[in-house]
Amino acid sequence: MTNAYRDSKGRPLVAVTGLGVVTSLGQGKEDNWAALKTGRSGIRPITRFPTDGLRTTIAGTVEFLGIEPYSASALSAAMAIAAATEAIEQARIASSTFPGPLYLATPPAEIEWPQRRALYDASSTSTETGYKRLLAAARGSEWRELHAISQFASVAECVARRLGTRGLPVSVSTACASGATAIQLGVEAIRRGDTTAALCIGTDSSVQIEALIRFSLLSALSTRNDAPAEASRPFSKERDGFVMAEGAGALVLESYQAAIARGANVLGIVLGCGEKADDYHRTRSKPDGTAIIGAIRNAVADAGVDPGDIDYVNAHGTSTPENDKMEYMSLRAVLGDHLTTTPASSNKSMIGHTLSASGAIEAVFSLLTIQNGVLPPTINYVTPDPEIPIDAVANSARPAEVRTVLSNSFGFGGQNVCLVLGAPL
Amino acid sequence: MSNATRRNDVWITGIGLVSSLGANADEHVARLFSGGPAVRPALDESRYAPYPIHPLAPLDFSSQIPKKSDQRQMELWQRIGVHAAGLALSDAGIAGNADLLDRTHLVVAAGSGERDTKVDCEVLDKLGPRDDAALLAKEVLPSALRPTLFLAQLSNMLAGNISIVHNVTGSSRTFMGEEMAGLAAMENAFRRIQAAQADVILVGGALNAEREDLLLGYEIGHNLWRGPFRQVWERRGDGGGFIPGSVGAFIVLESSAHARARCAKAYAKISAIETDRTSREPGETVLHALTQLLSRIWSDIPDGPLLTFSGASGTEPATSEELLFLSRLASLDHETAIRAFGSAVGHGVEAHFPMGIALAALALKHGTALAPTEPSEIERPFSAAIERVLVTGVGHWRGEGLALIEAIQ
Repeated sequence: MTNAYRDSKGRPLVAVTGLGVVTSLGQGKEDNWAALKTGRSGIRPITRFPTDGLRTTIAGTVEFLGIEPYSASALSAAMAIAAATEAIEQARIASSTFPGPLYLATPPAEIEWPQRRALYDASSTSTETGYKRLLAAARGSEWRELHAISQFASVAECVARRLGTRGLPVSVSTACASGATAIQLGVEAIRRGDTTAALCIGTDSSVQIEALIRFSLLSALSTRNDAPAEASRPFSKERDGFVMAEGAGALVLESYQAAIARGANVLGIVLGCGEKADDYHRTRSKPDGTAIIGAIRNAVADAGVDPGDIDYVNAHGTSTPENDKMEYMSLRAVLGDHLTTTPASSNKSMIGHTLSASGAIEAVFSLLTIQNGVLPPTINYVTPDPEIPIDAVANSARPAEVRTVLSNSFGFGGQNVCLVLGAPL
Repeated sequence: MSNATRRNDVWITGIGLVSSLGANADEHVARLFSGGPAVRPALDESRYAPYPIHPLAPLDFSSQIPKKSDQRQMELWQRIGVHAAGLALSDAGIAGNADLLDRTHLVVAAGSGERDTKVDCEVLDKLGPRDDAALLAKEVLPSALRPTLFLAQLSNMLAGNISIVHNVTGSSRTFMGEEMAGLAAMENAFRRIQAAQADVILVGGALNAEREDLLLGYEIGHNLWRGPFRQVWERRGDGGGFIPGSVGAFIVLESSAHARARCAKAYAKISAIETDRTSREPGETVLHALTQLLSRIWSDIPDGPLLTFSGASGTEPATSEELLFLSRLASLDHETAIRAFGSAVGHGVEAHFPMGIALAALALKHGTALAPTEPSEIERPFSAAIERVLVTGVGHWRGEGLALIEAIQ
């Protein structure tokens, strides 16, 4: 083994050889990149369920995969499989089975309202009420299909079965950092030598009544319903919350040595991953930013680069007042004056916040940024927040040579994960 | 599977256990590992009839979650987990050590928190026979849902609360997928320490069995045991099923070098964790999977007595297939014994595999196997000195795993 296949710390280098994506902008890298480059928004009024009277009535839903009737689990699985299939085809690594494990970021599972209603109605002759009645219905007939989609393992089971990944399919949640965690799990497994390939996916399909209302009750969502495409406005002064959205991102990771050995086309390198947990509050970051700063520092250190080497930041940039301010402060703390000349844009201005999927989708877009030499813009950036003096790549894409990207993901519950992604060697 | 060049020994240096049998690890030792007769499980057979459950032993959450404001942000599932996590940190001598807590990583196996079943019932009642999603959105849910309960439901918030209450901030990852969550969490923590990707990790999970929404999630697959209590192996003839048990099981794993450097005591070491998922179709049985996993741990089973703590849930056919695997082990030329710890504490789902590993570590430290949990041919007396314990983890639907826990020489 020569050093060409190892990083500065002596660990196996981790190559990206396949990318796939589904968002409200469309299916596949080509459509998504074309939309991102022209600053198009995928945010629209919700039509999946009635929204009369709700404070927020917009989202970035994925309606074009033909999942009827909608269930979060079925749509999550369909998007994950679509994105992963695209990534695997690009990597040319597998035919019927994928030669490595699955790391899947997916939202928690639950029985949804239509199914809960169906259970309740199935026992209409019952004199029982409430959960006793639901349990009697569950006992009384077969609900195998419902069971198969409402387990926490359901989405991973479906993906593993379809794509033939090896071993235990791993489902992970670090809230809005989940997609980045899935990538980190793959990187670590390859560095350990446990596998030479890993399939890392983030998927989320949470636009259903209850989830929308829950986030709304936390005052986390934009209420700019009149102009959906203009609702997500990261780093702007008048930003008022995030926009819920759906999608999936998939990456085929391989040990660089194995990728070169089989003549694969290397699209990029995962140079480093960093995490840090916050112990301050359930939905807010520590005011001094130490946890976010720690995650960025750890990623940069793990990658063995200097903060000054970062050419572009693919920001978490949710468009909530709190996140964008904290993210700027933390970037400033780590990158220092280098931030003044470092562009930092938020894909969420166009695709909304894809929650569990965002870390993976935005890693895909970060690698497309490197590949195409074009920075996707932050759209709706009309009135800059004076407290966030940042080059947000305002409103229009911009050509730039990018070799190293920092991609940030910060979750409720204080789970922060950052990735450093690099150009092919 | 691993061929990493560096392999650190992985020690268990802290245990936090709560279940129907006790409020901490010592109470479990007293009930299970003191050479006494078989433990009588603690049960509640009436509250959720026809489903028996093992209710949580009385415990004082304030001892590990001192702030009432923190307790109010959680429902029972998260409180159980945060409490057990705190016990493990104290036991390992990490609690209160700010520098070490800042470097301690957190790995949690999680389902989700309690739904507000009262609200669910009100909603179902209001909706009546009308299939009216608009009503649901407009009139019912916005006023009925509570923001704090959303946070109490989120899977990753057990980890979030452990970080907040105990200041564990190295990193935080939550694995999901019923029993596979526990398998993935334990394997991830073990491999990271073995490969020097981490020095110290707090890992575990929790289950609150005393909730109708949880029972419903499993009964739609007809996975629950109905009727009077029976031990795990005794349910096979009648369709099987699991009996949920409220448990919190957290363990501190540490590289031996790190533990030695801070003079930490150790219970045992984890020598191997291997996991897989078979499709449980003909030719892809649990028996086949466990046999394969065992061959990854040992090409030949070493001499000496072998004790197995089975995590069998009681569901069929998984439990019968696992028993076939265990019977083959028992037919070898070794002194062997099997104990289904689920007969004593119930099935802990996500927390079940961590629970089994914690119990194995306690057995190794105290040098005793628990008494047979049922009067059958399957669980035979075992009096040999314990050097190693094999722990099985077989999901009620998916996921198979083995862990080998050994005494530190």
